[in-house]
Amino acid sequence: MGEASEVVERISGRASTPARTPLGQGFRTPRSHLVAENAIRVVAFAAILAIVLIFAIIAREALPLFFDAEAQEELGGLDALLFARAWPGYPEARHIWQPVGDVPKFDVVPLLAGTVKVTLLAMLIATPVAFLSAIYVSQYAGKRVRELLKPAIELLASVPSVVLGFFSLVVLASAVQALFGTTYRLNAFVAAIGLSLAIVPLVFTIAEDALRSVPRELVNGALALGARKHQVILRVVLPAAMPGLAAATVLGLGRALGETMIVLMASGNAAVVELFDPTSSARTITATLASELGEVSPGDAHWRVLFLLGTVLFLFTFVLNRAGAVIIERLGKRLRAEAT
Amino acid sequence: MSEPQTEPPKRSTLMPSAGAPVGDRLLHGASLFAVMLVLLVLVAIVGLVLSEGVPVLSVEFLTEAPTSDLLGGGIFPAIYGTVLLTLLMTVCGVPVGIATGVYLAEYAPKRSRIAGLVRAAVQNLAGVPSIVFGLFGLGFFVMMVGRGMDAALYPGETSPVWGQPAVLWSALTLAILTLPVVIVTTEEALRQVPDELRLAALGLGATRFQTTMKVALPNATPGILTGVILAISRGAGEVAPIIFTGAANFLPYLPTDARDMFMHLGYHVFALSTQSPNVDQARPFLFATVTVLLLLTFGLNLAAIVLRNRARARSGA
Repeated sequence: MGEASEVVERISGRASTPARTPLGQGFRTPRSHLVAENAIRVVAFAAILAIVLIFAIIAREALPLFFDAEAQEELGGLDALLFARAWPGYPEARHIWQPVGDVPKFDVVPLLAGTVKVTLLAMLIATPVAFLSAIYVSQYAGKRVRELLKPAIELLASVPSVVLGFFSLVVLASAVQALFGTTYRLNAFVAAIGLSLAIVPLVFTIAEDALRSVPRELVNGALALGARKHQVILRVVLPAAMPGLAAATVLGLGRALGETMIVLMASGNAAVVELFDPTSSARTITATLASELGEVSPGDAHWRVLFLLGTVLFLFTFVLNRAGAVIIERLGKRLRAEAT
Repeated sequence: MSEPQTEPPKRSTLMPSAGAPVGDRLLHGASLFAVMLVLLVLVAIVGLVLSEGVPVLSVEFLTEAPTSDLLGGGIFPAIYGTVLLTLLMTVCGVPVGIATGVYLAEYAPKRSRIAGLVRAAVQNLAGVPSIVFGLFGLGFFVMMVGRGMDAALYPGETSPVWGQPAVLWSALTLAILTLPVVIVTTEEALRQVPDELRLAALGLGATRFQTTMKVALPNATPGILTGVILAISRGAGEVAPIIFTGAANFLPYLPTDARDMFMHLGYHVFALSTQSPNVDQARPFLFATVTVLLLLTFGLNLAAIVLRNRARARSGA
């Protein structure tokens, strides 16, 4: 197999030193084939182009906030974005997001607080469930049970987020209110539960992969030394797969930050600065974008602030995804090296 | 193989034996509980939706247009719009995705930095939040491309022709959003085609391009199709990217032009559940719409799973 692939590499000219066979010298590849091949090479750049273009387009709409005096004036000064102010009608300095009105207030702190609160709550709910499920499926379940469980959990991943949002809004919110007697029917807690439904399958899949890629020799070695199954899992398998679990968490966090429809429908969307009470309403960055962008006219301050929020969201998720991908790559290399 | 038979004697896989220490039972029980919880939630979602939604389903519901307050009639325009959207998306996006997959699997040198860069871009593209795609679609396709086309093609016109939300712009946005799914599955499918087949083709004098088109791709078709189906399922369910790029709350006509707006199942669910003037009256329609959307995505995903398993069984044999 290894040899065959090397020969293919050489014959097809992919290797750095193409084979000097008589075949390769006497035959000329038809021009149409070369054109098609080069077209494929060019098209392959589409993904790179797309990611660059996405960033460029949304950042371009936000940039005038920093360089254009007129845009800044409309905003009330750049510091209005982050610092509390004593707005007219309010006795003390406060963080207020109120982009429509006589005195538009573009303080994004309530949105950041809402995003952090909902996202962290969702992670607190989702990661333990996902990790424990991954432990069960990878360590305890037999082959047949596993082959049933994996697709089932992946099926949950295929539920459109608008359906999860609907479920949170119509079913979960009532259930949570009946159980805990919350003041507001829609709140950060309901949104976090709904959000965790979207994250669990993602975190589960990556974590399960990582747990299963731990070399069998390590497990067998520990078992042979007399360790109990739970000792093997907790002290051998989990530590060995730790980078994979970290990657799963990071990628789950990225997904949670960017998820829109669930929080839009279930979080209540009141822009308040309140980090520690899960039963209060919350307005996230994504929900703000989804509900407000449709009503602003291109080019005004509100429009630009929304694109700025989009740019920040893009950058955060970009970094998280990159980190997750790098961790997984390294883990793969290490485990492969250990196994040989 | 070389692995010694050191598996512990098979006990019941469901619960450890009664004599097992507390730690063993605790971890086993907790992890089993977590799995059950996830399954329970899945069953609860599907069960609750179907039990309220299926009784409302009828031929009229699937084939008629809604009344303008969305509280009566059917959802045919939303089904039509969803199909039209995903069709356009597939036509625009899948060829690009497959070409990129072919490049990564067949043409890129093994340790190519460019290929590494493409892969990194694909990974990151997969992680871009869907609402950011919405911003991008609005900023790029509607505002830049659309308005640009208007300025170039219809200089005298005051009302926008292309420079407004339309099904084409939504489809293009979703095509980019679903690109990673197609690319990753295409590359994986091509990598599972044994190199001996390529060798045989090359040995018979086929060019590289012929080998790719006539040997590698046909053998990878089931895998690629899986990716396409997954992309369609993802595209059909996404709402955030289409809010600003073309979806309409209510349309009195069916879109027939790439410049028309469209109704959409997912967006219909969102609009009905958050903007309806009469929640109680809307409830049965809402559940029925969710049922249709859920059955559509589950159907597509089950098809993808079956296809994938078949492809694996074939390549393993």
